[in-house]
Amino acid sequence: MALTSDQTIELDKRAKAIRETIITMLVAAGSGHTAGPLGMADIFAAFYFHILKHDPKNPAWEGRDRLILSNGHICPVRYAAMAHAGYFPVEECLTLRKFGSRLQGHPERERLPGLETTSGPLGEGLSQAAGIALALRMDSRTEQVYCIMSDGEQQEGNTWEAVMFAGKNKLSNLTAVMDRNNIQIDGMTEEVMPLESLKAKYEAFNWHVLEVNGNDIAAFVVAIEKAKAIYEKPTLVLAHTIPGKGVPEIEFDYHWHGKPPTKEEGQRFLKEIRTMGGKVPHEYA
Amino acid sequence: MPNENANLSPKVFADDIEKKATRDGFGTGSVEAGKADSRVVVLCADLKESTRAELFEKEFPERFVEMGVAEQNMATVAAGMALAGKIPFIASYAVFNPGRNYEQIRTTIALNNVSVKICGMHAGVSVGPDGATHQMLEDIGMMRMLPGMTVIAPGDAEEARKAVVAAAKVEGPVYLRFGRAPTPVFTTEETPFAIGKALILWNSPAPHVAILATGSVSYTALVVARALADDGIESLVLHVPTVKPLDEEAVLDAARHARRVVTLEEHQAAGGFGSAVAELLAKREPIPLRIIGVADSFGQSGTPDELLAHYGLDAAAVEKAVREFVR
Repeated sequence: MALTSDQTIELDKRAKAIRETIITMLVAAGSGHTAGPLGMADIFAAFYFHILKHDPKNPAWEGRDRLILSNGHICPVRYAAMAHAGYFPVEECLTLRKFGSRLQGHPERERLPGLETTSGPLGEGLSQAAGIALALRMDSRTEQVYCIMSDGEQQEGNTWEAVMFAGKNKLSNLTAVMDRNNIQIDGMTEEVMPLESLKAKYEAFNWHVLEVNGNDIAAFVVAIEKAKAIYEKPTLVLAHTIPGKGVPEIEFDYHWHGKPPTKEEGQRFLKEIRTMGGKVPHEYA
Repeated sequence: MPNENANLSPKVFADDIEKKATRDGFGTGSVEAGKADSRVVVLCADLKESTRAELFEKEFPERFVEMGVAEQNMATVAAGMALAGKIPFIASYAVFNPGRNYEQIRTTIALNNVSVKICGMHAGVSVGPDGATHQMLEDIGMMRMLPGMTVIAPGDAEEARKAVVAAAKVEGPVYLRFGRAPTPVFTTEETPFAIGKALILWNSPAPHVAILATGSVSYTALVVARALADDGIESLVLHVPTVKPLDEEAVLDAARHARRVVTLEEHQAAGGFGSAVAELLAKREPIPLRIIGVADSFGQSGTPDELLAHYGLDAAAVEKAVREFVR
């Protein structure tokens, strides 16, 4: 079901809060990735506050939907979303990447309940999600499996082995969401190693493909609803996002893929998030 | 003399001792494990006849997953299935599994600490005519370095069957190593087997040397011990199917008893079973040690017997090495 306008406003607020936490935790950590987490804040808000069947107080609940994060390096957005959803105190986000923290630089399943798996090395999330989807189907279970992956990791051979496998097995309980933000560490994806045409490629492997503006929460929720309705094959939601979204001065800039803001930049970025890039007075944002 | 408590085959030194490949033990063991626990599933990368995974497929077609030639995906899909409560066994040649998919195993199985059983087939030079590309000699080293990984190299097909059944009950990742060529079945159903336990095959009241072996060459060690005894050189043979966790007390007992240790494996001499023993002895019982394995070389085409002889792993070569060591 499509979101009401009130629901959309509420989720947009959640996304904004997640973005603020991302900036705060990255400044405190002193290292980490900025562009991807900011670009995916809307999608994570949609998952944790609307789409997922889950219980933050019982992360191992058997009836939960599974959300696999393949490109583990954008974990600040997942940590922030989980904290705001009640998995752990928001203040714990400040321990990101620090010694002894449950919030490792790349997510580790055994350290933080609710992560589902350990990830970071690219190209491995989709096959784990496919394995979970196959096992759930073997047991006649109805939980949905979602896999968030990056566009850069479409350059990994393992990704395509998983695409082939999921297509062969018609894993309709699996929905992949690709963060199509067009950047990777060394530059623009189409210059580093061209990926297009992604839609045609997935369709050729027996997937259903939907394209959506990944920074439009209402549109994304509609796409996920459609994906659930496709029962004869797995679905890819190609989510076109803006890297660095919410902080206009860094949007679209691949240099922000793998570095954190300094303290001064952090203060400026938070102001930009809170004022929608200076479009509205602080108090109304 | 042979250890009576080991209940070895009555034909242990007979010319007509039964020969079977350890991979056959994977086939029968996986079916047995599948019957005992409905969570057991088997994944195979286009080698179901060769790995004997087809036995499981025949018995449990709905729990057999054909992966195609995609070992990296096999490891990661298995990790996902384990996360959802299954106990996956993943089977392919050891050069690809864990050779090809090592990082997938490291991250999504070992670090993730999930219950996937990695089954490396066609290990060692005894693969024969396929040549060096298909003769895995580095797998024990690769796998024993991974924190939390159990590593088992069964001595014969019967022990392989038991090891597969036991591995299904381990919570966490396990690596199992199997060979292609038929080798003597020197153990019986009554021979004790437990993961993490070594087994004395041959004993003497006052051994001059302890021969510690893993995998099917443990039988070679036994043959060598008998030949040496005929010549007045007393020895102790300790079969160590579980390389990790190593049965430290059994290894130390053997070392203290004999004061000289030889290790034997169908693997690179560097980094494998012998290295594991060396690490232990260096810390707890520093005594003379000789590691017999492939000496920093790849294999090549040939018959298993030709290759074992060429790389110094047949009975004649091992006997010669032990004699030189104890002289």
